[in-house]
Amino acid sequence: MDKILPDNKDLKPKDRMAIPAQEMPLQDPVERVDNMQEVALGYTQEQAQLEAMRCIQCKSSPCIAGCPVQIDIPGFIKAIADGENKLAIDIIKKNSLLPAVCGRVCPQETQCQAPCTVGKSLKDVNKAVSIGRLERYVADWERDHAMVSAPKVEKETGKKVAVIGSGPASITVAADVRREGHSVTMFEAFHKTGGVMVYGIPEFRLPKKIVHEEIDILKTMGIEIKRNFVVGRTRKLADFIEKDGFDAVFIGAGAGLPRFMNIEGENLVGVFSANEYLTRANLMRAYDKDKAHTPMFDSRKVGVLGGGNVAMDAARMAVRLGAEEVHLIYRRTEVEMPARVEEVHHAREEGVIFHLLENAKSIIGDENGHVIAMECLRYELGEPDDSGRRRPVVINGSEFIIDLDTVIVAIGNDSNPLIKQTTPDLETNKWGNIVVDEKCKTSIDGIYAGGDIVLGAATVILAMGQGRTAAKSINEYLE
Amino acid sequence: MNKIIEKQQLSDEVFRLKIEAALIARECLPGQFIILQVAEDGERIPLTIADSDQKEGTITLIFQTVGKTTHLLAELHERDDILNLVGPLGKPTHVEKVGTVVCVGGGIGVAPLYPIARAMKIIGNKLVVIIGARNKDLIILEDEMKLIADEIIICTDDGSYGRKALVTAPLKEACEEREKPDLVIAIGPPVMMKFCAETTRPYKVPTVVSLNTIMIDGTGMCGGCRVIVGGETRFVCVDGPEFDGHLVDFNNMMQRLGSYKKREDKDHEQCHLEIAAKKKANG
Repeated sequence: MDKILPDNKDLKPKDRMAIPAQEMPLQDPVERVDNMQEVALGYTQEQAQLEAMRCIQCKSSPCIAGCPVQIDIPGFIKAIADGENKLAIDIIKKNSLLPAVCGRVCPQETQCQAPCTVGKSLKDVNKAVSIGRLERYVADWERDHAMVSAPKVEKETGKKVAVIGSGPASITVAADVRREGHSVTMFEAFHKTGGVMVYGIPEFRLPKKIVHEEIDILKTMGIEIKRNFVVGRTRKLADFIEKDGFDAVFIGAGAGLPRFMNIEGENLVGVFSANEYLTRANLMRAYDKDKAHTPMFDSRKVGVLGGGNVAMDAARMAVRLGAEEVHLIYRRTEVEMPARVEEVHHAREEGVIFHLLENAKSIIGDENGHVIAMECLRYELGEPDDSGRRRPVVINGSEFIIDLDTVIVAIGNDSNPLIKQTTPDLETNKWGNIVVDEKCKTSIDGIYAGGDIVLGAATVILAMGQGRTAAKSINEYLE
Repeated sequence: MNKIIEKQQLSDEVFRLKIEAALIARECLPGQFIILQVAEDGERIPLTIADSDQKEGTITLIFQTVGKTTHLLAELHERDDILNLVGPLGKPTHVEKVGTVVCVGGGIGVAPLYPIARAMKIIGNKLVVIIGARNKDLIILEDEMKLIADEIIICTDDGSYGRKALVTAPLKEACEEREKPDLVIAIGPPVMMKFCAETTRPYKVPTVVSLNTIMIDGTGMCGGCRVIVGGETRFVCVDGPEFDGHLVDFNNMMQRLGSYKKREDKDHEQCHLEIAAKKKANG
């Protein structure tokens, strides 16, 4: 090694602040638009240690409060700085079951990294300690060194718990409940497990191998997984408790129904929900055109409506599938975009054309009902609305046309109606989300819920946070 | 899992499979469908359930080889497993005693129509069944329907069996009778359902159609199955598959069904080339 790392224990806070923030190595944009492989390549050991040394181990540790599952962040970072990777991952795993996933897809810049003392001192949130990248680093290190082990399971209690869905909330609940010795059966509607991490988030952001390995751990723990099982249809929720002998149920069925704009032309051929577009590409692997039987629409000019992570995923997927032009249309400005800064940046690098302060008015089709263009309107920012963001106000008479053959609508989801339709006593709000108390308990005793079916479309980590809470409540309920 | 316990070829392109699927058989009701996937890299396709036996734990599917996945399905043998099978999906048919029910089935649509017709009969309706197909070879479930129907009319496009007529002809006559039907249920190719709905419209006879659209998950998640019903967007998988035929925008539905036509036609042609090559190799 030509550069010798300083010894972590010798460093003064001033020395730590002087270490430059370590950049994440990335696949070159020119190359990556032609493949599905992961964009961010991960820190080297040296980079990880240097980045970890930037943490000044401040007394207040605001990062922990910023983490939805309260990982001992300074603790695991110190371990990395000391070269103790195994210790680091063990610390994380006390609170999070999916570090390799969260290290990749958590919005750290608005959670743990937002209040970081180092970032604050350097007056730049981008200079905060890269907690997420470090989390990813040790999680990958553990996997690469074949050191991943399943959590210990207590003696069998004879109690049975059903977990509906196999996404991040459900995985967390399954593991946490199984640890206590309860028998757990997980039910997944699709033929593959992993929920949104498999059908929604693309390979280039989250390799599916990682998700599958996390699920394998559940199997090692003795959790039974039933795929191709739609709760509400294959079996009614009430029957789980009344007939099948389950003592408690967790509903983590996810956000379901894609929202549309309710504009003219939205059912033309070539208009897709982001869910459909991404599910075809990710779950059905339609990007592998020679192998997959599931077809992908042949797109040359794609318009994506929305400004969240899903919109970025859809736009970047369209680039990789060979679209000549990909336009992202968002009615506010980049500052208000809910997508992670990193994803926006990557999308721009990959050639996605951003239309800010613009929105679709109607979609125009030809005589065969195929999309040929979209009529848009320009907007300006007005007074702040309920969300605190400045309200976009339409500029009258600003209509203009973009030529497109494909439109992908990525403006969020309403909750899945199936369980609600078939469980009359289950209380839901006006958006169809299941109503739960602070312990994630629903209006029915013994039935708990969490993740997107409760929160509306949120993030992997928030789903895991709710899973944690629900599992704790279920374990107490079964005592 | 999902073992094929009986396979029958009903005609050149039509097959009947009885499949071990206890969970689906336990819950399924007339009008519901399943989604299946035959190969690891395969498509997920919806097929309406033609029959089920809760005691035996089986469901029956009848399908026509119209594309790659149905061809692969037809290649499976008895004792083979269907890789993935999920259901029952969709809302069941609303079965009620209304008086006279005319059930119109076109081609392979007779298969999903059968359990609905039977349920309508059992609850006490007078049952008139109209079956139509391109030719005699494509008429299915005639004997089964005869057993339950008070009256059965068979039509073929080429006159090779029954009346040489489209199903809309006897349907129109039924509507013109003094006692017009109280309900019409039409299941078949989209264009047939469209014209059945047009036929009954002037007589204001309530007409239910069962739609089979492009679908991936079948639980409301992808929205690929959306159709326009009464000017509003509805999802076939969770709001349907049955809708008021007088309100469905069939033209839009047919256009959407053709979204991947080029690729589907290519794959289908490839299937036939492979079958021809196999036949040749086997002498």
